[in-house]
Amino acid sequence: MNLLLQQSSAEVEQILVRYPAEHRRAAVMPLLFLAQRTTGRIDSQALADIAEITGLSTTDVASIMGFYTLFHAEEDGGGRFRIQVCTDMPCALRGARQFLAAFCEALGIQPGQTTPDGLITVEEVKCLAACDHAPFLQVQGDGELVDYPDQTVESALALVETLRQKPWARY
Amino acid sequence: MTEYLLLRHRDIPAIDQLAVYRENGGFAAFEKALKQLQPGDVLTAVKASGLRGRGGAGFPTGTKWSFLPETIWPHYVVANADESEPGTFKDREILERNPFQFLEGLMLACFAVQARVGYVYLRGEFWPLTQKLNRCILELEQAGLLGDHVLGTDVSLRIYTHLGAGAYICGEETALLESIEGKLGQPRLRPPFPAVSGLFARPTVINNVETLTNVPLIIARGADWFRTLGTEDSPGVKIFSLSGCVNHPGNYELPFGTTFRTLIEQYGGGTPDGRAIKAIMPAGASSTILVADAQTLDTPMDYKSVAAIGGQLGSASVIVVDDSVNMADLVNQTVHFFKHESCGKCTPCREGTYWMAHITARLAGDQPDAQDAALLGSVARQMQNKCLCALGEFSTMAVVSALEKFPQDFGIS
Repeated sequence: MNLLLQQSSAEVEQILVRYPAEHRRAAVMPLLFLAQRTTGRIDSQALADIAEITGLSTTDVASIMGFYTLFHAEEDGGGRFRIQVCTDMPCALRGARQFLAAFCEALGIQPGQTTPDGLITVEEVKCLAACDHAPFLQVQGDGELVDYPDQTVESALALVETLRQKPWARY
Repeated sequence: MTEYLLLRHRDIPAIDQLAVYRENGGFAAFEKALKQLQPGDVLTAVKASGLRGRGGAGFPTGTKWSFLPETIWPHYVVANADESEPGTFKDREILERNPFQFLEGLMLACFAVQARVGYVYLRGEFWPLTQKLNRCILELEQAGLLGDHVLGTDVSLRIYTHLGAGAYICGEETALLESIEGKLGQPRLRPPFPAVSGLFARPTVINNVETLTNVPLIIARGADWFRTLGTEDSPGVKIFSLSGCVNHPGNYELPFGTTFRTLIEQYGGGTPDGRAIKAIMPAGASSTILVADAQTLDTPMDYKSVAAIGGQLGSASVIVVDDSVNMADLVNQTVHFFKHESCGKCTPCREGTYWMAHITARLAGDQPDAQDAALLGSVARQMQNKCLCALGEFSTMAVVSALEKFPQDFGIS
């Protein structure tokens, strides 16, 4: 039973039509995003489903998932929301490293760790192409990414509270 | 500047709406091309304009288009929106605020090389921009500007977005193609070049977002007009992404040939607390680091002039470094970026960035050691000219130039 195809057949078709019929594997990345949309992670069932749709082996699909940093395997854990803070050099010149340290301290975790309620993981990431708005972060979760420019510790903590209030954040 | 040409939303805020874009001349160039011009005419105009690629390499765009063989079909055009170089954030603003001008440029490029499908490869972090671009593409289909029988002609044209998922290497054009094909984003051996065997092994043009955004202007106003802007070697305007130790970081659209001093002092408002500028990185993290002396500050920012003082203009991502910054720490950060983003395919880059990251971490500590500094230089020089793609080479630029120009920061007396 191909759950992905069953649950999102129209979207799978919309993805496949973008690529030549003889190059179905080109759909693997959009399908991984689709599989990740609901829970924020990709499980072995989804890998097998994508393999079946694209004609790849499950191992090939898993290797694509592992190569790209925005895909998250089920076993990798992490919170429902990932707050990703850029600390690359241009952002660091504008205080991003101090921001990340203070933000994490206020949350009582280290970069890379998840809050005790299991909801939020704070990650230190590479350039997000917004060096003029440092400290800059993005939130990955709910199958989407949202940008938050010009952050302070206060604004980032307020964002955390907003995420915690989301109705689906509670299961 | 009297009129914005690329960042037109700064003059016309609602230009990201199709109706507003068309009211302001949008898609007139595309319609003219479709109904009055031959593909070769568009190619000739772009060639004559002297437009050079804005992604970093500065290669003449029209020449690139002319490499596609007429014997192998179909042709593809791919827009590179994988903007990931630390210090670069110009394509983000174009895509977010002036998307239709970019799309019109892509559509003109497709017309010029007779491609019926164009792809936009966006970095995964541009997820919100991709949603926006998909809506724009849908509107163009509904308006009859994309699809079958575009504007009632025999031309069929489709544009699709393809979202990356977090890999700097996919900005390298052959890695980008691999990524669209559903593979690991790792560079290909060349030859064959993408112009002959690119996406799905077919002839492919790959252009940066900013490059394509220039094309509608060239077709609408002519190559001669375009050449009145900028310098002879680098015609047109450029979006300079200014970041680092400046009061007003941001994108500045200025003619090629504007000096570093004008950009940093007049537009960027100088450094915080008026500190002295120690160094400039004109091409993002991949830059050769320039000492910010009077000669550098008064150098015009065009490809030729920056090369003449031993640097590269690249994508014109100007990072300002003031005298509070320790260069060993700065280099440690750039190397750490490249270590993280190395795709692992070729040994010099995979191993070299790993060791450079370890050595620079020690050098950035309390007691930098001249022996470590010598070892760092040795590793970097051994990598040069041995990597599969340019990105491996880029990881050594800041290292070698900082060691040479700021030895005191590395414990070398």
